[in-house]
Amino acid sequence: MAKVVGDIVIDIEKCKGCGVCIPACPQDVISLSKNVNGKGYNYAEPVNDDCTGCMNCAIVCPDGVITVYRKKIE
Amino acid sequence: MANITKEEIRKPENLVYKKTDLLTDKALSYCPGCGHGTTHRIVMEVLEEMDIQDKTIGIAPVGCSVLAYDFMNIDMQQAAHGRAPALATAIKRLMPEKFVFTYQGDGDLAAIGTAETIHACNRGENIVIIFINNGIYGMTGGQMAPTTLPGMKSSTSPYGRDTHLMGNPLKMTELVAQLPGTIYVTRQSVHTPSNVRKTKKAIRKAFENQKLNKGVSFVEVVSNCNSGWKMTPVQSNKWMEENMFPFYPLGDIKVNTD
Repeated sequence: MAKVVGDIVIDIEKCKGCGVCIPACPQDVISLSKNVNGKGYNYAEPVNDDCTGCMNCAIVCPDGVITVYRKKIE
Repeated sequence: MANITKEEIRKPENLVYKKTDLLTDKALSYCPGCGHGTTHRIVMEVLEEMDIQDKTIGIAPVGCSVLAYDFMNIDMQQAAHGRAPALATAIKRLMPEKFVFTYQGDGDLAAIGTAETIHACNRGENIVIIFINNGIYGMTGGQMAPTTLPGMKSSTSPYGRDTHLMGNPLKMTELVAQLPGTIYVTRQSVHTPSNVRKTKKAIRKAFENQKLNKGVSFVEVVSNCNSGWKMTPVQSNKWMEENMFPFYPLGDIKVNTD
C-alpha cells in the first residue's frame, strides 16, 4: 500500500503564535515553542514526524506562514 | 518511513500548499488568530484559481481591515467609512468588465454603512460583498457594535448588552436576503479547516455569479475577535461556536442564480 508522508515548514518570524493550527492538526504534530521569535511570540513548530501533509494547519493559519509538502512512498 | 529524510520531502515537486503570491510579503497587521487573515488569503486564492487577478478591483473598508490594500496584491481602492458598496457601484458601472468586490467589517457594513449596503443590494448592483462579522468594534477597542449579541460584554456594555436599553442585534444577512437585488446570500465561518473550505467555495460561487450580471452576492463570514472578546484565539473560536452560531446560523440563506 502506498504511504503518504508529509512535512511542514513554518516561517517562524511571521508566526504570531495564535495556536489555531494546533487543534486543526489530526496527528498532533504542532506545538508552540518555548522560544520566542523577533516579535516576542512563542511560535509554532513541528514536534514529531507524523505529518501526513493534509494541509489543515496551513488552511486555518490566519497569517499563511505554513508551507506543506507531501510525498507518496511506493 | 524511517529511511526518508525531511530534505527528500521538502522538494518543489512535493509542494502541496504555500501562501498565494497574491498576498504581499508584508506581515498582516491583525491580532494573532484573527479571522481576517484567513479570509484575506482565501479571497486571494479564489482570484488566483479563477485567474482574474488582473481584472479584479477590491474596495477596502474602514476598520481593522483598512490596510487590506497593503496585503492584497491586486488593484484596490479605499472607501470612506461605510461607503464601500457605493464606491463599488461606481466602479462596476464605469468598468462593467471588471470583477468588483468590497471587503467590510460589521462596524463598516452594519453600522455607518447600513444605508449604502441596503440600497446597493436593493438596486441589484453586480458586485460581491464580503462581510466579516465579529460582533464588536475591534479596531477602536472592543466597543459594542450593532451585531453584538444580547448579553455580550464589550467595553461600552460592561454588564452585557441590555436589549431594552441598547436595542437588538442586526442580522444584516437575513435582511439583505429579503431584497430582490441579491442573488446569493450565505453565512460562513473560517475557524476550522472544513469551514474554511466551505467559505472558499462560497466566495468562488460569489465571484462566478458576477459573470451572470444579475445582482449582489453577499458572503458573511462569522469571525472571532479574541482581543475584543478578551480570550485566547482557541478559546474565542470555541466561544464563537457556542454563542455566535446559535444566533447567526451558518449556511446558504438565498441561492437564486438560475
